[in-house]
Amino acid sequence: MSNLVTDTGVVFSRELRPMLRNPFGIVFSMVQPLVFLGLFAPLLPDDLPLQWFVPGIVVMSCLFGTSMTGSNLLFEIQTGSHERMLVTPLRRPALLIGRALKEIVPVVAQAAVIVAICLPFGFELHLGGALLGLVILCVFCLGLGALSYTLALAAKNQEWLFWTVQQTLLFPLLLLAGMLLPVSAGPAWLQALSKWNPLTYVVDAERALFSGDVWASTTASGAIAAAGVGALGLLVGVRAMKRSD
Amino acid sequence: MIETQELTRHFKDVRAVQGVNLTVAPGELVALLGPNGAGKSTTLRMLTTLIPPTSGTARVAGFDVVRDQREVRRRIGYIGQGNGAGHSQRGRDELISQGRAYGLKVVAARRRAAELIDSLGLGEVADRTVSTLSGGQRRRLDIAMGLIHAPELLFLDEPSTGLDPQNRANLQEHIVQLRKQHDTTIVLTTHYLDEADSMAERVIVIDHGRIIADDTPARLKTEHVGDRIILGFDHEVDAAAASAGIAHPLHRHGTQLTIAVPNAPRLVPDLLEDLRAAGLAAAEVEIRRPTLDDVFLKLTGRSLREGGAAAETTDRDPALVEA
Repeated sequence: MSNLVTDTGVVFSRELRPMLRNPFGIVFSMVQPLVFLGLFAPLLPDDLPLQWFVPGIVVMSCLFGTSMTGSNLLFEIQTGSHERMLVTPLRRPALLIGRALKEIVPVVAQAAVIVAICLPFGFELHLGGALLGLVILCVFCLGLGALSYTLALAAKNQEWLFWTVQQTLLFPLLLLAGMLLPVSAGPAWLQALSKWNPLTYVVDAERALFSGDVWASTTASGAIAAAGVGALGLLVGVRAMKRSD
Repeated sequence: MIETQELTRHFKDVRAVQGVNLTVAPGELVALLGPNGAGKSTTLRMLTTLIPPTSGTARVAGFDVVRDQREVRRRIGYIGQGNGAGHSQRGRDELISQGRAYGLKVVAARRRAAELIDSLGLGEVADRTVSTLSGGQRRRLDIAMGLIHAPELLFLDEPSTGLDPQNRANLQEHIVQLRKQHDTTIVLTTHYLDEADSMAERVIVIDHGRIIADDTPARLKTEHVGDRIILGFDHEVDAAAASAGIAHPLHRHGTQLTIAVPNAPRLVPDLLEDLRAAGLAAAEVEIRRPTLDDVFLKLTGRSLREGGAAAETTDRDPALVEA
């Protein structure tokens, strides 16, 4: 008999399959972060080493991919396969959770690629911290992916709406999290805004963890921020999926 | 298999479906016929649990479409207007995950997918990405998806829209076969008259969200329109004289008589004989049997054919429209 877990498994493996069939597709979504890594990192002042910059690029890469993932659902809403799945007995929460869980795979793959590229340039890998960092990042991306799917469900046939909202939110979130340059050097108002951005805490935690600094308060605040986004995303996403027609 | 009571759906100000009472028995092949926007798809979407009714009830395969959605979903197959298979997926993968969605074990889903790939002639394309398939191939894949769990009741929403005539015929053949071999109850919507006419044993005509007729194609035609016999005479006087002796409603236009009758093929031999006996032999004869479009025109005053009613109605015989 099926239950929520097996239903989620069906949706998860369906979502994952095109990616496994064509693993290089992940690299295409990484072009922009890699451009930043190649063309922006050399411009950084000496007090901002690669060790500081790379975790931000890992988060950025995952952020780009995950925030766009709703477009896959949007496309399936338009072509009809989402409707086909709505008529199956699959539980509605599974239709959302299975999709969102899939984000874990590209997140891990992208982090691995970026770290591998940076190792020859003096980036130090602290495995334990990095793995914990990945767990936090995955939880965050699960929530973000769910929010991206929610946006797709809300936009339905208005593709422009999806992209407008996604693009409008993406860069402010990214810059306010101090992903490219530290916010601490900015004016007070910008620092205040940054404190309201959950991504800030995730990025800070990733920096600490990728440097092997596991037992820091940044780890806890990053984990809490990620868990908050994860829970919010799933809650909103499941609600939206239940109402989907 | 299906039983609705006063099934109604409003979208804001639009009354898409207004109080539909519909009963479909097991094993029937029913076509919902009507113009775009008539409420066919909305009705189908309520019956398949995609949208809840505004009011009224529907029981499908023994369960209420609002209270027991999962039980309904388990028992029905649905082939929508779009493509069921995801465009970035491979056909076989989608068939297997569709089988898993209906609770089949992996091995069983694989076997069933292979079976359907075979019977729908998808062997060469099943392992290609769906987006590279032709429209006809994709539609066959959609059918396979809808059949993965061998449902007792299958809904098809505009199944042949966008297909070329050959693929359309092929698809209709599959549907008819399915019905024959597995006794599946089939409900389809269409705005193709010939499709409803050739496939369905029962046609339900829908307009403005209401059922306006429900019968076999043959009876719809006889009851609402009837046949026409068109007789041509050499001289106008003969035509006029002949018209006086015919009891059926008719219309004369020059040397031509158009007669409305319920069953032309049975009437024509006697009619010709009588005319000859009266010395008014017809020079030519033509029998025109009605189409479902004539039925629709009669019922609504509009044509179902693309291009609308106006041009179509003008060349129709006024006497017959009233007959």
